[in-house]
Amino acid sequence: MNNNNTFEPVIIGFTCNWCSYRAADLAGTSRTKYSPNVRLIRLMCSGRLDPTFVFKALANGADGVMITGCHPGECHYLEQNYKAMRRFHLMRRTLQGLGVEPARIKLVWASAAEGAKFAHEVTSFVEEIRALGPLNWGAGENGHKAELKSTPQEALA
Amino acid sequence: MSDKPKFAMYWAASCGGCEIAVLNIHEKILDVDANFDVVFWPVAMDAKYKDVEAMEDGSILLTLFNGGIRNSENEHIAKVLRKKSKLLVAFGSCACEGCIPGLANLSSTKEIFDTAYETVSTDNPNHIRPQFEYKMPEGEITIPKYYPVLKTLDQVVDVDYYMPGCPPESHQIAAVIDLVIQVLQGKAELPPKGSYIGVGNSTVCDECNRTRNVKTVKSFERIWGIEIDPQLCLLEQGIPCNGPATRSGCNARCPSAGAQCIGCYGPAEGVVDYGARLVSAFASVIDSNDPDEIDRILDGIPDPTGQFYRFNLAGSLLRAGKAAWDKEKV
Repeated sequence: MNNNNTFEPVIIGFTCNWCSYRAADLAGTSRTKYSPNVRLIRLMCSGRLDPTFVFKALANGADGVMITGCHPGECHYLEQNYKAMRRFHLMRRTLQGLGVEPARIKLVWASAAEGAKFAHEVTSFVEEIRALGPLNWGAGENGHKAELKSTPQEALA
Repeated sequence: MSDKPKFAMYWAASCGGCEIAVLNIHEKILDVDANFDVVFWPVAMDAKYKDVEAMEDGSILLTLFNGGIRNSENEHIAKVLRKKSKLLVAFGSCACEGCIPGLANLSSTKEIFDTAYETVSTDNPNHIRPQFEYKMPEGEITIPKYYPVLKTLDQVVDVDYYMPGCPPESHQIAAVIDLVIQVLQGKAELPPKGSYIGVGNSTVCDECNRTRNVKTVKSFERIWGIEIDPQLCLLEQGIPCNGPATRSGCNARCPSAGAQCIGCYGPAEGVVDYGARLVSAFASVIDSNDPDEIDRILDGIPDPTGQFYRFNLAGSLLRAGKAAWDKEKV
């Protein structure tokens, strides 16, 4: 995983039930090819996205998180996607303070008709994360799990 | 030796404020003395680690452990006290969630040592750094190993109860001591293991007397930058108040005095990641749907990581900044 030539990013993608999940569905039924690195999780709305989900994904080994929803003004629940957008902005700033590259989280709007756009956004995000390299928060040699196992001498060696 | 139940209190990486808070229970401290035999309390009485190590396992009834786990000495004593104590309480914010010492988790070990030993306020012309091991003619001498990240107590040992606060409020400490004494006398029962004690189960907002309406914020302000309305919710006035995610138990002391809650009582019941909950809360009150304007409004929180994780970084999901995982030699 640490070798960039063989590095396959793990991406967690959050989709909303009404637009972006259907875009992903459309991409599938249209046989549109896109990177298989994304693991999609369907929420009822991007406004349901608790920032905890994003932090947990990154802490447990995801290299990037993609948040998707209906276009502004088209939210099934009126304006929750705006809330998701505001959270996204604040999350990026908070993660930056923790040393996580802001580009590791991405916000994408996709309507139910935009299967091709959805596929394109996934593929380009995967390439962006591939360029950034592994985050390795949970599993890598600098991650928690390794640190918990290592003795203090090893940690400072 | 008396046959009273035994009491211990220890400080690891902490400031000593928790000890002061215990002494601030005033005459109730006499109840502690009347009901307990204090066997180990480095700040109050002389004791040696080897004496504690020699005690029978489980022979101490109650240990209040404050401070985070910064080095191997902290970890060793945490493990010893875990073995010797029936009830081990993570006492204060440091032991529960890392607190201010946990903010060092934003920096690499090298940065921390450079700051401690080389900055302008330090007179260290020969660039002397601590040596963890040193060979003397008489043999090797060592000092405790410094860990790259500060850990909370429950990241190292099993903890029975949590008592957050920086420091825990004295009336809450008194109430907990009363409870333990009542349990000893058979008049009360202990709460289930893993409980938070000496706290409320809601948020600081619930205890706050300020008036709350629908929150819409056009700009974030510092308390010295605006005329504060004494009745109105601080967050509604644009002051980044951490009350919505913070556990109750302090009677909303800071907001009552016109200062924002900074979150020393840690995450409220059911909050997994304190900072994430605040990201959610603060973003929700911003009164704009325009990305550029949102960015401008967010500039009013210049250090969101410090704002959201001041007390909780070591206990959060990510636990540390990326720099802390660097393995540069110090």
